[in-house]
Amino acid sequence: MSEANLPLGAHAPGILEASPFAIPSKKLVMWLFIISDAVTFAAILFAYGYIKNASPNWPEPFKFSPSILNVMLMTFILVSSSLTMLIATRAAKAADKAGALRWTFITVAGGILFALLHIREWFALIGEGVRLFQNPWGSPLFGATFFAITGLHLTHVIGGVIALTVVAFGYKRGRYKADDIEIWSLYWHFVDLVWMFVVPMVYLLNVAR
Amino acid sequence: MTAPAQPADSLKTDIVVYLCILALSGVQVLLAYQHAEGAQLLVRMLAVALIQAGLAVMFFMHLHAEQRNLKLALIPGTIFVVLMMNMIWSDSFRLLHMSPFAK
Repeated sequence: MSEANLPLGAHAPGILEASPFAIPSKKLVMWLFIISDAVTFAAILFAYGYIKNASPNWPEPFKFSPSILNVMLMTFILVSSSLTMLIATRAAKAADKAGALRWTFITVAGGILFALLHIREWFALIGEGVRLFQNPWGSPLFGATFFAITGLHLTHVIGGVIALTVVAFGYKRGRYKADDIEIWSLYWHFVDLVWMFVVPMVYLLNVAR
Repeated sequence: MTAPAQPADSLKTDIVVYLCILALSGVQVLLAYQHAEGAQLLVRMLAVALIQAGLAVMFFMHLHAEQRNLKLALIPGTIFVVLMMNMIWSDSFRLLHMSPFAK
C-alpha cells in the first residue's frame, strides 16, 4: 500500500510513531508538565510543613473575618471558573465558537478577580507588618513560606489568565483549535486543584482561635 | 492524530462534581474550627483535599475517560514521589526536639 493511499490521520509504519496513550502530543506534554508542577507544589508544601513543624511558635493569624471569608470567596471563584472552563471546552468541542469564547473569557475574568482578591489580602498582611523574614506574631519564617507558596500559586493563576486569553484570541482567528482550548483547560483545572491543598495547609491550619 | 472519542459526561455531571468540591471546601472550614489536635486535623484536612483533588482530576480533567496506560503512567509515579518526600517529616521532629530549639 503506498503512502498516498493511506487514510487521513494514519501513517506508514516507521514514518510516524503512534501516540502511546492515544492522545495528541500537546495534551501528553501538558499532562507531563502538570505532573512535574504537581511535584514542585508538593515539595514546597512539604517544606512548609517541615518548617512549621520544626518551629515552636508558628503564628496563627487568620481570623474568620476577613481572612477565612476572603479565602472562601476566592475558593468559590476559582472552582466556579473551573466549571466555566468545562463549559467552554464543551462548547469548543461542539464547534460553538461564540460559546467557547464567551465561557473562556468568563473563566479569565474569574482568574483576574481571584488574583485581585489575593493581592488585596497580601497588602492587608503587609499592612499588619508581615515581611519575608519578620512578622509581629512568631516564627520569622512565616512570611517567607506564606508568600512563597501563595506567590507561586498566584503566578500560575496569572500565567493561566494570559495563556487562556492568548489561546482564546488564537481560537477566534482560527490559529488554535478546540483541542488547544481543552489542553489549556487542563492547566486551569490543575491551578484549581493546587488551591485545594494550599487552603487547608496555609490558611485553615493557622486560623486564629 | 485526534483524540479518541471520550465518554460524554453531561453538564449535569460537571455541576454535581462542582457542587461536591464546593461542599468539601465548606467541610474543611468546619474542620478548621473543631478543636482537634494538630496532627489529627492535618490528616483530616489532607483527606478531604485528596478527595477534592481526585474529583477534579477524574472529572474536571477527564482522566477517567483516558486510556488505562495513561493513568498508569501518571498516577503511580506521582504518588511514589510524593510518598518519598514524606520521608523528611521525621527530621522536622528531630529539629524541634534537638538543635536549635532544645533547652
